[in-house]
Amino acid sequence: MTGGESEFSEIFVRVLLLRDYNTRLVVLSTALLGIAGGVVGSFLLLRKRALMGDAIAHATFPGVVAAFMLLVLLGGDGRFLPWLLLGALAGGALGCVAVVWIRTATRIKDDAAMGIVLSVFFGGGVALFGMAQRMPGTSAAGLKSFLYGNTAAMVWGDFLLLAVSAVVVLVIALFFFKELRLLCFDEAFARAQGWPVRFLDGILLALAAGITVVGLQAVGIILIIAMLIIPAASARQWTHRFGWMLILAAALGGASGWVGSTVSALLPKAPAGAVIVLTAAAIFLVSLLAGSDRGLARRGWRARKLAQRVERQHLLRAAFELLEEQNADPRTTLVRWSDLARRRSWTAHRLRRAATRAYNDALVNKPEADGFQLSDRGWREATRVTRNHRLWELYLIERADIAPSHVDRDADTIEHVLGPDLVRELERVMARQGGGGGAPLPPSPHPLS
Amino acid sequence: MEWYAFDTWIVLTGALSAGACALVGSFLVLRRMSMMGDAISHAVLPGLAVAFLITGARSSWVMFAGAAAIGLLTAVGTEWLHRKGRMDEGASMGIVFTTFFALGLVLIARAADRVDLDPECVLYGALELTPLDTVALALPFFGEADVPRAFLVLLAVFVLNLVAVAVFFKELRLVCFDPALAATLGFGAKRVHYGLMTLVAVTTVASFEAVGSILVIAMLIVPAATARLLTDRLSTLLLLAVLLAFAAAAVGHFAAITVPVWFGFADTSTAGTMAFVTGLFFLGAAGYASLRRRLQTRSTPIATL
Repeated sequence: MTGGESEFSEIFVRVLLLRDYNTRLVVLSTALLGIAGGVVGSFLLLRKRALMGDAIAHATFPGVVAAFMLLVLLGGDGRFLPWLLLGALAGGALGCVAVVWIRTATRIKDDAAMGIVLSVFFGGGVALFGMAQRMPGTSAAGLKSFLYGNTAAMVWGDFLLLAVSAVVVLVIALFFFKELRLLCFDEAFARAQGWPVRFLDGILLALAAGITVVGLQAVGIILIIAMLIIPAASARQWTHRFGWMLILAAALGGASGWVGSTVSALLPKAPAGAVIVLTAAAIFLVSLLAGSDRGLARRGWRARKLAQRVERQHLLRAAFELLEEQNADPRTTLVRWSDLARRRSWTAHRLRRAATRAYNDALVNKPEADGFQLSDRGWREATRVTRNHRLWELYLIERADIAPSHVDRDADTIEHVLGPDLVRELERVMARQGGGGGAPLPPSPHPLS
Repeated sequence: MEWYAFDTWIVLTGALSAGACALVGSFLVLRRMSMMGDAISHAVLPGLAVAFLITGARSSWVMFAGAAAIGLLTAVGTEWLHRKGRMDEGASMGIVFTTFFALGLVLIARAADRVDLDPECVLYGALELTPLDTVALALPFFGEADVPRAFLVLLAVFVLNLVAVAVFFKELRLVCFDPALAATLGFGAKRVHYGLMTLVAVTTVASFEAVGSILVIAMLIVPAATARLLTDRLSTLLLLAVLLAFAAAAVGHFAAITVPVWFGFADTSTAGTMAFVTGLFFLGAAGYASLRRRLQTRSTPIATL
């Protein structure tokens, strides 16, 4: 098998270094497609129009077939790429108009409008294709490659056309960057500021149609939507800043195109379009798990941190209230597990775990067999936490008319996130009210169980 | 034009598939989940491919089950990505189904020598070829008859959908129009949702071979949306949707073998024309609805408003 291996490694090097003419064209054009798709897709995703790309893509099919038939009827060969792409663009634009018309002129909602246009246009395309196949003197079989993409047939002229289209789409997207961003984030404000919202929406959909046309040959009608959604969705997992999201989506889209088409060139019988989409999906999966802004791991970590903080504060407040009841000296008195368990209705295990965590934060001394002692720091923190809780309770009782018997639980939901500013504000308000809020530590407004 | 028994079978098969789709599709449209039909019907491809690779035979029960399972997985995956991943519903749908579809394409391409499963067949179906694959059936009155297999499968699915809709009519209606009340009354909205998605997946898989996935989407959504333009009653809507679907099958096939002749072609794909004809129906209904609305607003005296 050494012969096979060296042959493979030779192919490997040839592909990686883009030595083959066709590979070079395919890799570059899919990378460009990925970059442009990522940018336009970011806008579409945030505008919640992701599936619109799918409707547009399907609507290009009858356009392509009709353009082909027209050219054949006029005596041409029919397979003249710029003309076919023009037909695709026209079909996509008509599809857009149809969706908007259905949405505004009838009672049919967005989702059904897209479904109708997608399936009816595509059905029309299939019917036309059935006729085009039997046209004498030419072969419509090549049109099928627009469905799943076919990179093998790409030549320099095609590449140039696609590259120019991708660049034009990119330039338009960046030219309208500010307006489109406004549209995505605050349509009502954009409208109030006098921006032509419908025109901008039209631009956005036209850009999506442009991407479809660029990707028609490489990825195909059915999967082009993936190039719009997936890189943008991946980028969103890493950042909430729009500018970064655009850059990242372009980079991830470009990488998907590059890696996907390279892999497809290396493996026999691996259609480029599908492999590119799978590459993008793999990147998305990693982003979803590990993304630094919205990734599941990151969100799980944050939720855990918050739960721990809440638990610690509950422990400290329970300890404080026990000591307060007994009027005991916090520095010498042991807070007993049994008392704490009764107050918080926690399991013994949970109580121990919370105490151990508090010990690690130097808030309590080393837990003993029947209880623990608060450290100096722990006492100060416990006082602060209890004070926040009671201030908020008092505020709710006096300002929000909540019964003292119900206030404990309501206060629980907010006290853990009271910032210093808000606490000062509360102190000021409560002092003015003379409701005991001015005291260093107001007494609990309800009986402590 | 010449009409053979062949053509009758095509129309009947297409009508059953379209009717089955229209029944479940009405609920998709009412629940504003139309694109779910699109997603499920695309995602079915890898299920078919894997099942086909394992069993080596087309149209076996394994294939059916595998495809339906992937269809359901699409619904679950979309929901999960929407909830846990906090992704826009449309986007999560798009991510899930394109990934599955790409996976299916690669699987089929890799196993091309062993697999005689054409992805185009999944897309367009082969309605014209269904009468060729028949099962001999002993019928009470007609005696022995050769009935297309696809017809029998679709008949079963149509009856299944009919029974399911009839039995769970109340629950489905409640979940469609007042999900909050449904939840309060203890109807699991989730159970109804996944039950509906299972029906959609099963219908899609049963239909794809005969009519292709594009026609499936058209039949799931367009007749239901057309009926929605014409009525406000759920029972009327279901009836109208099914009738429109039947009509689309008949008119679609008729158009497929006559219209191209006018322009000097032989004939064209029935599935394609059926989808296109539903679009024409929708256009007609939209025109009628807007006309009626205009007449009503003009004739209504101000005092009664």
